[in-house]
Amino acid sequence: MSKTLSHLKPGESGIVKKVHGCGAITRRIVDMGVIAGTRIDVKKFAPLGDPIEVKLKGFNMSLRKTEADLIEIEPA
Amino acid sequence: MTVALAGNPNSGKTTIFNNLTGARQHVGNYPGVTVERREGSCRYQGKNLMIVDLPGTYSLTAYALDEVVARNFIIEEKPDILVNILDASNLERNLYLAVQLLELERPLVLALNMADMAVKAGLKIDDQVLGAKLGCPVVRTVGNKQQGMEDLLNAAVNLGEKATGSAFAVDYGPEIEQAIAKLVDSLAAIQGLKYPKRWLAVKLLENDRNVTESFSAYEGSQAIIANVEALRSELTQTMQQETELAIAGSRYAFVASVYNSAVVAERAGAASTSDKIDAILTNRILGLPIFFGLMWLLFNTVFELGTYPQEWLETAIGAFGDWVGNTMPEGDLRSLIVDGIIGGVGGVLSFFPLILLLFLGIAILEDSGYMARAAFVMDRVMRAVGLHGKSFIPLLIGFGCTVPAVMGTRTLENKNDRMVTLLVVQLMSCGARLPVYTLFIAAFFPTESAGTVLFSIYLLGIILAITMAYIFRKFLFKGEAEPFVMELPPYHVPTLRSIFMHMWERGYLYLKKAGTIILAVSILVWFLTNYPAEVEYSKDFAQAAVQVETAFEGHVSEDILAPLGIEKLEDNEALTAMIADIKAVEEEYGAKAEEAGEDEALLATIDSEKEAKLQEIEAGGAELYPVAQQYLELETAKDDELAALQSEEAGEKLAGSYAGQFGHFIEPAIRPLGFDWKIGVGLFAAFTAKEVLVSTLGTIYSLGETDETSVALKDAIMADPHFTPLIAYSLMAFVLLYAPCLAVLAVVKRETNSWKWAIFSSIYGTTLAYIVSFAIYQIGTLLGY
Repeated sequence: MSKTLSHLKPGESGIVKKVHGCGAITRRIVDMGVIAGTRIDVKKFAPLGDPIEVKLKGFNMSLRKTEADLIEIEPA
Repeated sequence: MTVALAGNPNSGKTTIFNNLTGARQHVGNYPGVTVERREGSCRYQGKNLMIVDLPGTYSLTAYALDEVVARNFIIEEKPDILVNILDASNLERNLYLAVQLLELERPLVLALNMADMAVKAGLKIDDQVLGAKLGCPVVRTVGNKQQGMEDLLNAAVNLGEKATGSAFAVDYGPEIEQAIAKLVDSLAAIQGLKYPKRWLAVKLLENDRNVTESFSAYEGSQAIIANVEALRSELTQTMQQETELAIAGSRYAFVASVYNSAVVAERAGAASTSDKIDAILTNRILGLPIFFGLMWLLFNTVFELGTYPQEWLETAIGAFGDWVGNTMPEGDLRSLIVDGIIGGVGGVLSFFPLILLLFLGIAILEDSGYMARAAFVMDRVMRAVGLHGKSFIPLLIGFGCTVPAVMGTRTLENKNDRMVTLLVVQLMSCGARLPVYTLFIAAFFPTESAGTVLFSIYLLGIILAITMAYIFRKFLFKGEAEPFVMELPPYHVPTLRSIFMHMWERGYLYLKKAGTIILAVSILVWFLTNYPAEVEYSKDFAQAAVQVETAFEGHVSEDILAPLGIEKLEDNEALTAMIADIKAVEEEYGAKAEEAGEDEALLATIDSEKEAKLQEIEAGGAELYPVAQQYLELETAKDDELAALQSEEAGEKLAGSYAGQFGHFIEPAIRPLGFDWKIGVGLFAAFTAKEVLVSTLGTIYSLGETDETSVALKDAIMADPHFTPLIAYSLMAFVLLYAPCLAVLAVVKRETNSWKWAIFSSIYGTTLAYIVSFAIYQIGTLLGY
């Protein structure tokens, strides 16, 4: 698979290309506003490296790396 | 008129609800589920408004219980007005829910809450454009400053009087719109639909299982559902993605167009104060130490500060019990009220200050925005055992008291995570078990290894909690893990009002429980330990007491009265006065010594002061002083003998009671764990509260009133040939693990809305305790301990 959100490091950004998967987790990700074309900034990793904190549409959100793996991105 | 408040979590919805209803509110559950339902009333312009606070949600899908509950309420109970509270500083994502609410075609008012924060963040929102685009009235509010409430009510009442519902439609693009149109056409044939047709068509295309299921009950729905399947696979083909994701995407695209036409962001991208705070609090290096520091602070504040009011309450309850005991005539009714009801309910009530303080702390953590960060920091650790980041705090609280810990699991949104956490919390060793450990460790283990033994018990609890969490997750609550996709809301200073309302609400639930379930079970346990009233005693205790009295009088007249040449004590006034003086001194310093506790320096001072006072009395009559002392010795000996008789009688009564019979009955079953019938009775009684084991053993060993510091009970169990250090350890493990106390069962029942889980938690706890104690005793015996 191509690059996903989980590959980004703190301070990096990307544009959402597609959200993969189906079911509750994918739906929750989409409901939070992660849809194609949305810009996501990676703010930081939690002290133990996971989950990660991102910023999109003016708010901060946390998600696990496994969840970030569902979000395919392209360079900003 | 009914007004329903809907909105995202962290949108300030609850603050507005509190502003509108004040104290006139009521918390219950939606029928059949554990989602909280809050409603309250409010008078405006002579109208009575019923305000319902719907669960905070980001969306209205069928994936989350809260979301299903919120939308079913809107569809089935048809509130006259929907008020959507939005976080104005985070408008785009908040509008996504607004659009879904509008699609339900009910009259809707948009409340742009935290409007001041939006201005601070440099967002210019054009209310007119927003209202025109969405076809609904828009008001501005600042919930935590009580601003805009009047405007909000005004808009709601005005709309409720004229509107019947709004025709609102999101444009989902040509492909989806075509499918919607086809479905809406065929839905016209269905009689008595409770859903708006367009909404139903969209939900069917989204493959919403909840809606599809209830729609399938309608006549003629089968053909339509089959058609939906075909339309969906066709759309997936042409759109190159799942239909429901395409629909959500179009909705966001619509939201973005509304947002961009109504909002101008003047200064975007500047780091806010909240971001700066967050950079420290969830820092990669400092994050964990700060988290543990805060938890340590919370824990210590609650249990250090809470002990004082707890002691006052205990004293007050004790005094009340004494007062009732002295006022009422002796008999079963007095025993029931004093020992059963005041003793049982009072014990639970004394935890009230702890509960209030703890929820004060949690409310501050939650309202300030830190709770979400705590979950963020701890998630990696908790996930290793199949739990969620938010599970950590209830588990930690469990070391203090399981009752608030179970109540604290409410912060977990996902049912599976919540249930697993709730079920393992009881394995964290709570404060009430400490008296039991203290007693047995002091009796059977050398001082230098006491700390290690105690630590090993706590560790055992933690290891088993982790194991059980893993097992429950794997077998009982499997299914998709809760997404950790959640908002990290901006930090803000919580308002006193909301914190106290939060705290009081939880506290009230606790009080209510004490008044009902605990009352009932306290009465039951009292009955089982006090009946049958007629027990076959080994001797006539009343007769024995008379004998002790007679012997005492004989000694007094022979050793004291005869040498002085008087008939009764009162004949020698100087002696009578001296005895009274000595008694007064003994009493005064006895009380002081008790207060001093284990402060040895203070005890020595008290002792020397007492000696000085006694020497003073002796100086007042050197020849009478030894006589007075002798009399006091005789009296003390008599009182001790009488007390011993009483305890012995109580012990035999308990042994013959239903609880005692039960202890004998289960003895064969608990013998493999090393326990005899006495421990059986103790464990049975300690089902009410674990520390009760100590006082029950006290009764059985005929010692009267005892607590864990009691040397007498320690000596008695050490003297019992049955006990060994191995049995003591097996017993401590059993006490740690077996069925949680009554108060916990009552909250588990309340929190899960069913007796099933309360019963399950005691059965699994007891089974686990049996297995572990069995292993400890049997392996220990084999190893020769």
